[in-house]
Amino acid sequence: MSTATLDKQEPKDATGSAAVELITATFRIRRFNPEVSAEASWEDFQVEIDPKERVLDALHKIKWELDGTLTFRRSCAHGICGSDAMRINGRNRLACKTLIKDISPEKPITVEAIKGMTVLKDLVVDMEPFFQAYRDVMPFLITSGNEPTRERLQTAEDRERFDDTTKCILCAACTSSCPVFWNDGQYFGPAAIVNAHRFIFDSRDEGGEQRLEILNDKDGVWRCRTTFNCTDACPRGIEVTKAIQEVKRALITRRF
Amino acid sequence: MKIHKYDTVIVGAGGAGMRAAIESTKRSRTAVLTKLYPTRSHTGAAQGGMAAALANVEEDNWEWHTFDTIKGGDYLVDQDAAEILAKEAIDSVLDLEKMGLPFNRTPDGTIDQRRFGGHSRNHGEAPVRRSCYASDRTGHMILQTLYQNCVKEGVEFYNEFYVLDLLLGEVDGVRKTAGVVAYELATGEIHVFQAKAVIFASGGTGKFFKVSSNAHTLTGDGQAVAYRRGLPLEDMEFFQFHPTGIWRMGILLTEGARGEGGILRNKDGERFMEKYAPVMKDLASRDVVSRSIYTEIREGRGCGPDGDHVFLDLTHLPPEQLDAKLPDITEFARTYLGIEPYTDPIPIQPTAHYAMGGIPTNVLGEVLADNTTVVPGLYAAGEVACVSVHGANRLGTNSLLDINVFGRRAGIAAAEYAAKNDFVELPESPAAQVVGQVERMRDNTGTERVTEIRKALQETMDANVMVFRTEQTLKTAVETIAALRERYLHVSVQDKGKRFNTDLLEAIELGNLLDLAEVTAVSALARKESRGGHYREDYPNRDDVNFMRHTMAYREVGEDGVESIRLDYKPVVTTRYQPMERKY
Repeated sequence: MSTATLDKQEPKDATGSAAVELITATFRIRRFNPEVSAEASWEDFQVEIDPKERVLDALHKIKWELDGTLTFRRSCAHGICGSDAMRINGRNRLACKTLIKDISPEKPITVEAIKGMTVLKDLVVDMEPFFQAYRDVMPFLITSGNEPTRERLQTAEDRERFDDTTKCILCAACTSSCPVFWNDGQYFGPAAIVNAHRFIFDSRDEGGEQRLEILNDKDGVWRCRTTFNCTDACPRGIEVTKAIQEVKRALITRRF
Repeated sequence: MKIHKYDTVIVGAGGAGMRAAIESTKRSRTAVLTKLYPTRSHTGAAQGGMAAALANVEEDNWEWHTFDTIKGGDYLVDQDAAEILAKEAIDSVLDLEKMGLPFNRTPDGTIDQRRFGGHSRNHGEAPVRRSCYASDRTGHMILQTLYQNCVKEGVEFYNEFYVLDLLLGEVDGVRKTAGVVAYELATGEIHVFQAKAVIFASGGTGKFFKVSSNAHTLTGDGQAVAYRRGLPLEDMEFFQFHPTGIWRMGILLTEGARGEGGILRNKDGERFMEKYAPVMKDLASRDVVSRSIYTEIREGRGCGPDGDHVFLDLTHLPPEQLDAKLPDITEFARTYLGIEPYTDPIPIQPTAHYAMGGIPTNVLGEVLADNTTVVPGLYAAGEVACVSVHGANRLGTNSLLDINVFGRRAGIAAAEYAAKNDFVELPESPAAQVVGQVERMRDNTGTERVTEIRKALQETMDANVMVFRTEQTLKTAVETIAALRERYLHVSVQDKGKRFNTDLLEAIELGNLLDLAEVTAVSALARKESRGGHYREDYPNRDDVNFMRHTMAYREVGEDGVESIRLDYKPVVTTRYQPMERKY
């Protein structure tokens, strides 16, 4: 065998041993079901669980073993589909990307729907206004003239310019963490601006001026007060506030 | 009950469904029904790339790609379809770029390409750079780009509408498509969608395995609906296990990690793939690599205290390369395992990944009622379908390609069919079956629980229908599944409400998984040979004399109401490539 080999190595931390130490954690969940009551209320569930598991695993355990009526959205379970943004211990996160050990499980863990959106049942909110704001910024490539035969050319640097904002999974963690959005649901919100940024700064796109005009609106980028909640909340690590600032700057300089 | 009327109805809003919708919306009045939101679909979890012989970085051509696809599928691929896939790949990628997809770029500004398993230059000489990619989130970028273009085209979506039945009407003795019946998750209301053409694009069925890269929602809904309406399912015994899932969790770590130079190692640090695939090594096809990993584990060279996994080693790659080309999967290792891939190898094991089989279609996406007869107005594309371009084992990057090539084809064909044909009259009480199904499930007072049956199903599938199979394990699986199906009749849900009843939804999904798991195990039991992803320890060789043919499984209901599975077979389309021994 010509290839160099590694020293024998066991993985660190999470995976060392097959033996799992379970803990008992309390999940304090904000329940709401208008078929049952017009009022929302908190309900506690005790769950015996491996602390290296995800909050989503705990929610599944509750739903599957304790209370089948607990309702939440989820799909991929590893942070790429954007279904399970929720407010965990007062912070917006994806339930599938938050490990129980990282959120002080010795104390009750609070779980509630993301804020600023209409709660439909338990952790499920009405996503329609959120997607409408997204659609309103014309989130698609706008070009003019004849299409080239092959691909449009783009330098690696030009591609890098908007790389960060292509990561968005439309989970709404940013928008629903924004105090401006909480107080004014008309505000486009960070996610829509991020997706406008993704096209405004794409060298192939010719719709930048139109999008900037949309965001120059009274409910557009100028509402942003750079609280940085959105940047903290983004499960994809997008520098959301920076993207919003870049859009503001483009509006002033008309250079992008 | 509400009744809607559209020319074309598409079931599913992942890559195939939205690619179809972009075409059909331009040509016909179209509705897209999805049980999720479009951007939640599992296309978004695909990472490594989309194959096309663009030859942007080195010599390549679609004929080599065709050959690799056929060889990768262990000669069970329909060769006419593979040729279409490889030829149309080039325009498919260019179309996506023009729609705005941010591919990684070469220094010349063209689309960059990288290596991937089973893709070779000149019929197996050496790995070739054929995968067009956007970092390690190519599927995410395809899903976003297609959704963006659906917004641009004004595609009409019905989000969180779960399709539970296919309506067929008889016209002059021919069964034709009449529409679908859907359950609206938000309200519990039943909707009938009358349609001239229906396209199933509802994805895979990977949740009947426990260790799986698939989303919770991938429960074979389209396959199960078609199957219950008497349509066959093709090649269901062929299921792909991706070599590199995160140990015990099954979360996908792209083959692109090995395309970028990552190496698989056993507990001795040995690069064991050199033994099994001297030319392609870690980039052999997925079935070969997954079997090699389990061979290492079974022979005592697995890692960890239980010796139940191996390592994916990226530590020799520069951190800048990992950051630029593999940022998501390295973050998964940090988030879920607490491991730093710059310095530590990542524990992995094969994970249930992709159904090669599904609803049989021809190259236009038309669904087949038997080996040759088309169901007028019915189409399928993507993982739900079996064209068959993947045969017994799909090559990496060929599924993002499949959804674009055949999604587009199905979208055009369905809309053109709708333009030329009339609505088929809806059957009397079109929603009766669905209403009955939903009410029975909601009102059932049995003592069985969804979670227990699902867990037992996943455990038996992992133990008996995974990478290595024998007569004995498959018989065990068939018997266990039959018993679980019996228990399922007594399953009850706790949520009796109408609003967002995901308790009920999961119960219905479980019924689909049980039906499809049974078809998978029965089809596998009857295939007494080893080919691609189907490996029988008791029949370790490929048997082209008796088994170079597609399995076609039909649901039969006897006069006494007893259900059974009837297996038939369909010839493989062979054009220019004769089966050869498969080596990597």
